[in-house]
Amino acid sequence: MIRVGVLALQGDFLEHVELLREMGIEAIYVKNPSDLERVDALIIPGGESTTIASLVKYRGLAPAITKFSEDGKPIMGTCAGSILLAKRVVDRVVGETGQFTIGLMNISVVRNAFGRQNDSFEAVVNIEGIGEVKAAFIRAPVINEAWPPAKITGYINHPVAGRVGVSAEQGSLIALTFHPEITGEVKIYKYFIDFIRK
Amino acid sequence: MKLVDSYIYLEKIRDLIYSFLEARDRARENAYPIRQATPLVKYGFISMFKGGVIMDVTNPEQAGIAEDAGAVGVMVLDKLPYDVRLAGGVARTADLKVIIDVMNTITIPVSAKCRIGHTEEARLLEEIGVDLIDESEVLTPVDERAHINKWLFKTPFVNGARNLPEALRRIYEGASMIRTKGEPGTGNVAEAVKHMKIVSRDIAMLRGYYVSGDYEAIWIYSKENKVPYELALLTGRLGRLPVVNFAAGGIATPADAALMMWLGADGVFVGSGIFKSRDPESRAHAIVLATAFYDDPETVVEAQKMVSEREAMMGIDIRTLKPEQLMQVRGE
Repeated sequence: MIRVGVLALQGDFLEHVELLREMGIEAIYVKNPSDLERVDALIIPGGESTTIASLVKYRGLAPAITKFSEDGKPIMGTCAGSILLAKRVVDRVVGETGQFTIGLMNISVVRNAFGRQNDSFEAVVNIEGIGEVKAAFIRAPVINEAWPPAKITGYINHPVAGRVGVSAEQGSLIALTFHPEITGEVKIYKYFIDFIRK
Repeated sequence: MKLVDSYIYLEKIRDLIYSFLEARDRARENAYPIRQATPLVKYGFISMFKGGVIMDVTNPEQAGIAEDAGAVGVMVLDKLPYDVRLAGGVARTADLKVIIDVMNTITIPVSAKCRIGHTEEARLLEEIGVDLIDESEVLTPVDERAHINKWLFKTPFVNGARNLPEALRRIYEGASMIRTKGEPGTGNVAEAVKHMKIVSRDIAMLRGYYVSGDYEAIWIYSKENKVPYELALLTGRLGRLPVVNFAAGGIATPADAALMMWLGADGVFVGSGIFKSRDPESRAHAIVLATAFYDDPETVVEAQKMVSEREAMMGIDIRTLKPEQLMQVRGE
């Protein structure tokens, strides 16, 4: 039986858990480093990246998640989760924020890249290996750079921001700058679950 | 050819027309692939606040402190609710310049308050690009009878409520988020507790009706309480408020925040509690910890130790307030 953990410090972890359970997959909340021992994969949900980062730091979860990944277990980060996985983060307006991340993936993200909440949107994007998916971009970041072994697997053509990266992969790590849990995009979860079986 | 055969032909013609219409819609969607301000985008945005703390601030410095403490958002006001109470007179939306300054200083979502029923203040806030508008009873209402029609806005709204019917009416008007009203600016969490419990009891009641299949009772509830039947039914089906529900009004300590989370809040707003205390930095961080880890007593103890009761804001006993000083009765 596969068990997926959802990092439940702040944000929309409930939506992830409900969707996984509806798919018939066991899902549990991860709040402490010891919870990671009981799961085969981890999802870092959306939320406020600065808040989640500060709580990750407080709970000492960063080394535990790094070890979890080194053991070859898959991790998926959505929106704020993708920021936490990134090695480099800048903000579109404020610039360099020096914000703390777990930094597992060789990607660089730009926070709030499409603008503020009024510029948030829904769209269909094409992700390599998954196909067309419905995506909700909510004050979303973009992936502006990836260096090996990470690579950008999906782009969107945005009228203002231009052609920008919205998803990246590195081994068994996935970063998505949008919310599959909000649009109920099951395809992405199936793709992620297949990582565990590999 | 029999008459019934013509029906089959007609059906085929209809299918053909519909397939053309579908093809047209698909072509349009591809031409404009980006859909903004859909309900999913609004409710989805609010969903990201869950388990977090939104803090009232009056300037960019305070906003910076809030962000560093781990707030999920800030609410920009001209005066903190406690000072609004002291100053009296008419309380209006904050200076747009200050709000814009805050937006350019921090990376987390920025909200601002507008007066109940003041559609133009809300339009201004939408125009400068705040992420969330609070149609708030802390400011002086301009319309005693009607709230803003929030469906007309791209920006999501949050509204206060004292009970479930009030909350459902606000959702019906287009609010994407609800918060308990409590009694703002008192540093006294008593009213917030009361409102949260009243809301929860009504939800439990509707849930009971729904589970037992007593739709007539839900119908009577919606009629007596002046709420749309569909929303009452949805609440019963879900067993919770259909949108994210935060606690607000009088939260001043980490224990206050954890208490509200235990009572079923999805997160908390802290108004005067932080920047009217003498230890705002540590208090802000402590409240963030207590909200996120409310179900872990050890962490709440640690958070509570980070603040001192001697530094807390002076509270106001609600029984000493005159009826006209109560903010919670504004806009039902």
